[in-house]
Amino acid sequence: MSTAAPAEVARTPRRPGYRAVQRYGLRILGAIGVLWAAATFTFFVQALLPGDRAALILNLETGQNIHRSARELAPINSEYGFSNPIVVQYLHYLGGLVRGDLGTSYQMHQPVTTIIGAQVTPTIVLTVASLLFAWLIALVLTVATTKRVRFVSAIGSGFETITAGLPQYWFGVILLVVLAIDLRIFPVQGGTSAAGLVLPALTLGVPLAGFIGQVTRDEFEKVLDQPFITSARARGMGDLEVRLRHALRHAVLPAITLSGWALGALFSGAVITEAVFARPGLGNVLVTGANTRDIPIVSGIVMLVAFVYVLANLLVDLAYSLVDPRMRTS
Amino acid sequence: MTVDLSGGGNLLRVDNLRVGFGHRKAPKPVVNGVSFSLTGGKCLAIVGESGSGKSVTARTLVGLTGGRSHVTADRLEFNGRSVLGLGDRQWRGLRGKEIGFILQDALVSLDQLRPVGAEIAEALRLHGWGTRAERREKVIDLLTQVGVPNPELRARQLPHELSGGLRQRALIASAIALDPSLIIADEPTTALDVTVQAQVLDLLDETKRRGKALILISHDLAVVARMADEVAVMRGGEIVEHGDADDVLYRPRHEYTQALLDAIPSTHSKGTKLSHTSRPALTIKPRSAARGPVIKADGLVKRYHGPDGITRTVVEDVSFELNAGETLGVVGESGSGKTTTARIVLALADPEEGQVLLNGEPWTAASPKARRGRRRQITVVYQDPLSSFDPRWSVRSIVADALPRDSYPSAALRGERVRELLGQVGLEEEHLDRRPLQLSGGQRQRVAIARALAPEPSVIVCDEPVSALDVSIQAQVLDLLTDLQSELGLSYLFISHDLGVIHHMSDRVLVMKDGRVVESGTADAVFHQPREEYTRQLLAALPRLDRSESLTTDHGRLL
Repeated sequence: MSTAAPAEVARTPRRPGYRAVQRYGLRILGAIGVLWAAATFTFFVQALLPGDRAALILNLETGQNIHRSARELAPINSEYGFSNPIVVQYLHYLGGLVRGDLGTSYQMHQPVTTIIGAQVTPTIVLTVASLLFAWLIALVLTVATTKRVRFVSAIGSGFETITAGLPQYWFGVILLVVLAIDLRIFPVQGGTSAAGLVLPALTLGVPLAGFIGQVTRDEFEKVLDQPFITSARARGMGDLEVRLRHALRHAVLPAITLSGWALGALFSGAVITEAVFARPGLGNVLVTGANTRDIPIVSGIVMLVAFVYVLANLLVDLAYSLVDPRMRTS
Repeated sequence: MTVDLSGGGNLLRVDNLRVGFGHRKAPKPVVNGVSFSLTGGKCLAIVGESGSGKSVTARTLVGLTGGRSHVTADRLEFNGRSVLGLGDRQWRGLRGKEIGFILQDALVSLDQLRPVGAEIAEALRLHGWGTRAERREKVIDLLTQVGVPNPELRARQLPHELSGGLRQRALIASAIALDPSLIIADEPTTALDVTVQAQVLDLLDETKRRGKALILISHDLAVVARMADEVAVMRGGEIVEHGDADDVLYRPRHEYTQALLDAIPSTHSKGTKLSHTSRPALTIKPRSAARGPVIKADGLVKRYHGPDGITRTVVEDVSFELNAGETLGVVGESGSGKTTTARIVLALADPEEGQVLLNGEPWTAASPKARRGRRRQITVVYQDPLSSFDPRWSVRSIVADALPRDSYPSAALRGERVRELLGQVGLEEEHLDRRPLQLSGGQRQRVAIARALAPEPSVIVCDEPVSALDVSIQAQVLDLLTDLQSELGLSYLFISHDLGVIHHMSDRVLVMKDGRVVESGTADAVFHQPREEYTRQLLAALPRLDRSESLTTDHGRLL
């Protein structure tokens, strides 16, 4: 009221939803751009890799690895459209993507979408469970140990430093040997059961918890020195409530940004973990695909990972504006 | 006035309070034997410069000195009950309910991610006041009580959506929500414009009249003069002078209080030294306007086009001249366009209309390349030099970097010139290799001035150069700027929100509001016979400490 507001000369009134539409519209356009770039990249890797694709397919089918004559390859070339100009193949590939067609596996002769679709659920479950574990561990640890007496804080930050550097395959094996084989607390091969989920999710989640914890702790320490924290204490608020109600919300913002990257990384990391724990999932599909040079399968998974990254970052934006109301109003 | 009289009529009694920080065996003392007492309906002001221990004293009274502090006292009583060694739970019962605590700058003292209404309701909830719905209603009542218009809307808004004054009121509302009998305000108006400051002080005065005790922590003696019944002056953790406000402010006995009072720039300080420690005044060369204006600004307009389709005119039709050897003061509240005007004069922002001539030649209208050669004619000193220095650079390299290469081609010549410049601004050889963080605020501002002098400019733009400094340091820096002007014949475009500083420094003054110049003239004319209503409002809102008049009035406190 009394502080001088800058004079406003012109105001073009716009409908209230206009800016939101504009903002989210741009995000979605950007996301489509990223997917298109990923598709283009995987297509040209497929098309331009050394070695003849038709020969590859024929060798896969027959289990031989010999030189093929042009007459032998002709039917395969025409079946897969390899003899068309590359631009036509590229447009055909993009057209397929738009219709949700990722091509056909060279080896299994099934649509890639069917193969991925059958195996994707356990991987998604593992990824999401790992992220939840990671956040749970990181939050409990930072709230409990940040800016306490030196001894307690040192335990918290020490744990984060050590776990953030753990190699996942090594940590997974240790968990498996100690908790499943020696102590028999968890099943060695859990399949898709809930008990079987714990160890793989910890394998992925604990190193990530260290990472998220480090970022959150830094921020938490800064926030606890802010005057608004003193204001809250001066109202008679207790320490735990100050941490949970005021400081935490500020402190998680950088870690939320990080989670977009983490979700994508977990999805790729799931491959190793699935191998260690013999868990069904995309990991097996990818390993088999890569070993047999089944390129449509590999590129299909690459496209899926790209899609997960894009989706994760859109979710991060959404989560960020839920935690930070300034994003919605300014 | 429901004051428990068991403490000998005192709501608060503090005897020989000592606070130290650090290791238990050898704590570093910050408060050293402070004693005072306070009854309801009275205001005690604790004044002092940064590091004097005044804020730590205030925090001791709410038990918020932090985990690494050691508090001892012969007596520390609130409402007849000792609060020394209270547990956290007992303190929490007092905080917010019996003792309200208001910090400065509500933008950082309110949680930015929560609506201000939630912050106020929190004070009620923590002490079990009412149901959720009752609290919601009470929040609206409180906001109305502290003079926030449209309280239903404001309660739902985030701190950054409110102006500085409204935010500070909301913060006060959260502190007085449960009507505590003692209110401690730590620099409650430091970040505010004068007119807003006046409103916030009125509000605090109101609570005092309702019988509440008020402790006001401030570095601003003029604010103190307006509010306090008693004043305690702190230095180095001790109270050096304590007594009735009129006695301390108008008849100080301690030389430090005297020095603090003399350091305040005001109507009467013009042409005199503010600081006792400054060098004696040099013979002042007669200022000549014969060389014509060094800066001529003509019809400047600057607009910003927001992403929301709103165009804001921040500078509208601003014209002025700055003559050689003259100081032109620009005064106005935040958002008045004074800093944007400075940026245009420095050619850091392009005006949309109008132009600036520098030494008679086109400046803002010249090409960037043509400007580059003449950049050294105009330099700048900012409010916060820390953010305009690379923290990894030494003072030597910061100043040497601003020297023109063609005049000082060799390292030896530059080294010699840097020493000479540091000498001019009153720094020593020992400061050459310090980093900005190893310097005090005053020393940093001296380095900033040395850097501004390095290219031998004819004009220095000073954008709030002393606003972040304590009053005695401010006095030294202002004295230095005055000396340099008479030695070197510099012209200053001097921007400040502080009317006292502007009056002290300026030959002529521009008063800006909403991007326009509302009044201009010689400093004495603008301050003594203001023509415009707005200027009068600004001057009326300014808390004053006018000692020459205090002797003739019975009360001494104006306003």
